[in-house]
Amino acid sequence: MKEIVIISGKGGTGKTSITASFAMLAGSDAIIADCDVDAADMHLLLKPDWFMQDDFYSGVAAEIDPEKCIKCGKCEQVCRFEAINHETGQYEVSNLNCEGCGYCGHICPAGAISMVEQNVGKWYVSDIKTGAKMVHAGLKIGADNSGKLVAKVKREAKAIATLENKPYIIVDGSPGIGCPVVSSLSGADFVVFVTEPTVSGIHDLERVYQLVEKFRIPSGCIINKADLNEQVSAEIKLFLTNNGIQHLADLPYDESFTKAMTNGQTIVEYPDSPITGVLTICWTDLKLILEKQ
Amino acid sequence: MKIAFTTTGTDWNASIDPRFGRTEYILIYDEEKDEITNFDNRDIADVAHGAGPKTAQLIFDLKPQVLITGNGPGGNAAAVLTKTDLKIYIGAGNMTVKEAYEAYKTGILKQS
Amino acid sequence: MKIAIASGKGGTGKTTVSTNLAKYLSEIRQVVLVDLDVEEPNSGLFLKGELVNRQEMYKAIPQWEASTCTLCGNCQKVCNFNSIMKLGDNIMVFPELCHSCYACSELCPTHSLPMTKLKMGELTEYKMDELNFISSKLDIGQEQAVPLIAQTIRYVDERFPDSILKLYDSPPGTSCPVIEATKEADFVLLVTEPTPFGLHDLKLAVETMRELGIGFAVIINRFGIGDAEVEKYCEREGIDLVAKIPNQREIATLYSRGELIYPHIPEFKRELELIADYCNRLQKEMSL
Repeated sequence: MKEIVIISGKGGTGKTSITASFAMLAGSDAIIADCDVDAADMHLLLKPDWFMQDDFYSGVAAEIDPEKCIKCGKCEQVCRFEAINHETGQYEVSNLNCEGCGYCGHICPAGAISMVEQNVGKWYVSDIKTGAKMVHAGLKIGADNSGKLVAKVKREAKAIATLENKPYIIVDGSPGIGCPVVSSLSGADFVVFVTEPTVSGIHDLERVYQLVEKFRIPSGCIINKADLNEQVSAEIKLFLTNNGIQHLADLPYDESFTKAMTNGQTIVEYPDSPITGVLTICWTDLKLILEKQ
Repeated sequence: MKIAFTTTGTDWNASIDPRFGRTEYILIYDEEKDEITNFDNRDIADVAHGAGPKTAQLIFDLKPQVLITGNGPGGNAAAVLTKTDLKIYIGAGNMTVKEAYEAYKTGILKQS
Repeated sequence: MKIAIASGKGGTGKTTVSTNLAKYLSEIRQVVLVDLDVEEPNSGLFLKGELVNRQEMYKAIPQWEASTCTLCGNCQKVCNFNSIMKLGDNIMVFPELCHSCYACSELCPTHSLPMTKLKMGELTEYKMDELNFISSKLDIGQEQAVPLIAQTIRYVDERFPDSILKLYDSPPGTSCPVIEATKEADFVLLVTEPTPFGLHDLKLAVETMRELGIGFAVIINRFGIGDAEVEKYCEREGIDLVAKIPNQREIATLYSRGELIYPHIPEFKRELELIADYCNRLQKEMSL
């Protein structure tokens, strides 16, 4: 079983549309994991019908028992996150500010503070239109995406892939350069970067590559809207060559991508689109690369 | 020689867990005694942040001479493991424990 | 007055709106633009000015004093983030995981973990005529954007009074970093795209702003692609639709080169004027 993770650093490069296209091309061969939990959009293209859902708990927040509280104010004094106030006369915790460090609980002389696990959202297993299954999650507002949630989504996807003997797991990776993306990358066999030839596209590609490099995972890159700026495209290609990243494909600037999305479809469901051909070849190449590994 | 594996199960036929920090089990094979012992790491695998160094701490306490895993430890975990004489072999992500042990013995696995 | 420019989904044109709006407004008044997308700060690629200040940004982490430590392990026990660990006769600190809560340090019975500062990123401040531009960048490997965002806001608040218009280019999403960047704002402009992805993520952003109790309005970027669902949604929910920036390949091309758009594209400038008017009106209404 091979795990392919698609990441981009910068938003709006077409990462999710391309990931969903690979999911369609792989058909029933691939279990899909949506780890872009902050902006989980892949379900809009893959039409999941969930048959399993569960609450997800992550991190803790302080809770003050007003019965036990002796109003000494020590908790408010030591809190570095301005998460405790007594504006109402009672000492209270603001969940949005609480980091869950537990310092207040350790110093409370009355034992009035406990750390309570936070229900941060739900995760799902769904049937999708490719004929396979997808694992995805939805976070509550202000809940922090964490390595733990990403690991959970990936672990479930892997368990299903093992059980059903699927050759591939395709992961829509998390954005940014923090803990969630590190967790998205963990255990991957191959990383696909999706970028665009803009000054910000190359800037973010360089930043996220520094992370991937640490994990020594082989990687390739798709340049979306490659003809938008030939000069920056060339710069990206040079960067790829210099760092041993395979250049997988150039996609043209084409609004049919968006048109497909508006219809709730992936671009590869349109056989006449030039992008369909390029992505089909790209997926075949990816499979060959993974076989050789 | 004591050899540690990151695994998803508890015997020779278990798969190697390619993840280091969030591995489900640490399996130790003691070559001299020809004996397997297991350490359940699922509680650590489930922490929100810092699974890597925490798992590394477990390895530190178990004191194996060799670690066989998939992608290799990340920065924080690697920092812990530099305090040991551990030799780390990576690239066993798609093998069973048995296959990984053979691959290590025949020199197929890369030392990281 | 503080206006945050945010979006649920990444890549909708938040930075394009922030940089162009800031520069345009600064033609007639003083404006401060702050790039709070510290994981991937890109505003600086579009604005070139004179460097006023560059400084390292620090967070507090514990530093182990071996000589007085009794290896009691209390620090490891109180740390909820696995960022301090006892290894044999060593105490090891993992700075990237540390949330600077001070618990290990202040609860150490022998005071062997004094807090010290560690670089987590860098702040730069530029000036171009009436525009002050401040941007912070998180170092690779640092896992927490929130402390750097908070410190950057503090830096701006200490140097510029609230009578000056401050624009915050916020990180994408609906999680902690964006909340940190928007919770102190007086108003939020949400930039979206007229597509199913754009609408889905806009709804999440709207929920977030409602939860925070901050007023907001919507700007549609790349207007003309996709469908009319975002407009219908705004109408249904009674949300102000401030501007519809047209979808044009020339805009994408200018963006790709790191150039400002409005000096070249009159259609873009017209929409920018609508946003500027809206901001001016807001400021008057809220008398800030």
